[in-house]
Amino acid sequence: MALDINRIRQDFPILNRKIRGSNLVYLDNAATSQKPKAVIDCITNYYEQYNANIHRGVHALSQEATDAYELARKKIQKFFNAKHDYEIIFTEGTTESINLVASGFTTLVKPGDEILISQMEHHSNIVPWQLLCERTGAKLVVLPMDKDGQLRIDLLDTLLTSKTKLVALTHISNGIGVINPIEEVIQKAHAVNAAVLIDGAQACGHIQPDVQALDVDFYVTSAHKMCGPTGVGILYGKEDWLNKLPPYQGGGEMIKEVTFEKTTYANLPHKFEAGTPNISGGIAFGVAIDYLNQIGFDAIAKHESNLLQYATSELKKIEGLKIYGDVPNKTALISFNIEGLHPYDVGTILDQMGIAVRTGHHCTQPIMDFFGIPGTVRASFAFYNSIEEVDALVEAVKRAKKMLS
Amino acid sequence: MTIKEIQEEIIEEFEMFGDWTDRYEHIIELGKSLPLIKEEEKSDDLLIKGCQSRVWLKADYINDKIILTADSDAIITKGIIAILVRVFSNHTPEEILNSNMEFIDEIGLKEHLSPTRANGLVSMMKQIKMYAIAYQTQHN
Repeated sequence: MALDINRIRQDFPILNRKIRGSNLVYLDNAATSQKPKAVIDCITNYYEQYNANIHRGVHALSQEATDAYELARKKIQKFFNAKHDYEIIFTEGTTESINLVASGFTTLVKPGDEILISQMEHHSNIVPWQLLCERTGAKLVVLPMDKDGQLRIDLLDTLLTSKTKLVALTHISNGIGVINPIEEVIQKAHAVNAAVLIDGAQACGHIQPDVQALDVDFYVTSAHKMCGPTGVGILYGKEDWLNKLPPYQGGGEMIKEVTFEKTTYANLPHKFEAGTPNISGGIAFGVAIDYLNQIGFDAIAKHESNLLQYATSELKKIEGLKIYGDVPNKTALISFNIEGLHPYDVGTILDQMGIAVRTGHHCTQPIMDFFGIPGTVRASFAFYNSIEEVDALVEAVKRAKKMLS
Repeated sequence: MTIKEIQEEIIEEFEMFGDWTDRYEHIIELGKSLPLIKEEEKSDDLLIKGCQSRVWLKADYINDKIILTADSDAIITKGIIAILVRVFSNHTPEEILNSNMEFIDEIGLKEHLSPTRANGLVSMMKQIKMYAIAYQTQHN
């Protein structure tokens, strides 16, 4: 069923904003999505009605807050089809989730072992592994891209060896929008007994991954790119793997018993959840998932695919405009440049017209180096964007080109 | 003219522009008129860190005055640095150190002062003042 965009847009108060007198056209969804009223109200309601610390208090408020927080965990479990709710660890977001796993692997890799990442990773899925390699003497191996911005999957059989201990790969590139064939990577990595971590930060607002069907060992994402609040995300890990990893941070909540001689740790998921978490954030994450489910991922995919096709074909009509990662299997994200123009200049002019895009390297400097460019203009869409907003973008790009040439 | 007088002159010029389009078209024109730094002179030590676009800034000390030359790979950034060069070049280190940047706000370019812009206007200004301090120390 087609989405009722006008009705959906009413759920997002911020979409009524004017920027310098123009309607806001928000096309920076790959950086963060906007929040529906239900999510905003959930946060207010938490602080107005049942703010309390969770898991410890015997009083009514603490009980209510704990129930709401754990209910959110169950919603997230169901969303990702995890086998157990305790395989969902609440974190600050994707970056912390990756750092948690990378830190845990310190005890699991030795000099000469290899960690395989790809050339299109976000810096958050590069640096934690570099740090792991520095700590352990393991080696970072990089799976390259081809000229269209697709991973050289043909090289996997050569790069995956018995030395590979972990493969960390993005589900969808935040720089160019390409969807990676993670099923094949997971299968091939498992054939050499390597664990696989998938960075789903860019994926989960657009598609719904099934972690059991994927057979993925770790899947990480952030709430704020899927209509939830900032500062909260998850690490999904298979029970066996989470048991193998040592605790990440010490503190309250993550212990079973503390003496000065020896501390024993709590069971999953609490072993990895030291300290008071982002309680309202976790609960609101659950509400964001309810909201997305209610709209439905089939409808979201269909609408976003229409936006992508239309925007791609209209933008391509502009002479000198080049799209990076212009391949069939991608999400509604267009990374482009206009010949002879700096992305920063184009972005500045678009901003004057109320159009929010991202310019720069998008925290993926290796991709920009690969294409030999300083950066791109990136327009990234969400299900609440309209065809009229695509028209506004295209008109604005034409105007920017005229002004800057 | 003093720095303050040049700033006032620029404010007056910008008052003529009706909307952002005129303002930016002017900045783009200024960008095109900026004296360029030769390709072979664009060394990394002239590069200003913290800019989304690349900015090179050179300061020479001639007859007690600082002479600025600058370049960028982005045209709007170039236009903005052309304004900075017009305001601050050909002045003594003392005059530069005693000046401020409030006129940028008055000519409707306030957003370029925001740290999120990462266009380095703030970094450029800091670098101009660093040169001023360096030459002042050298020649006192």
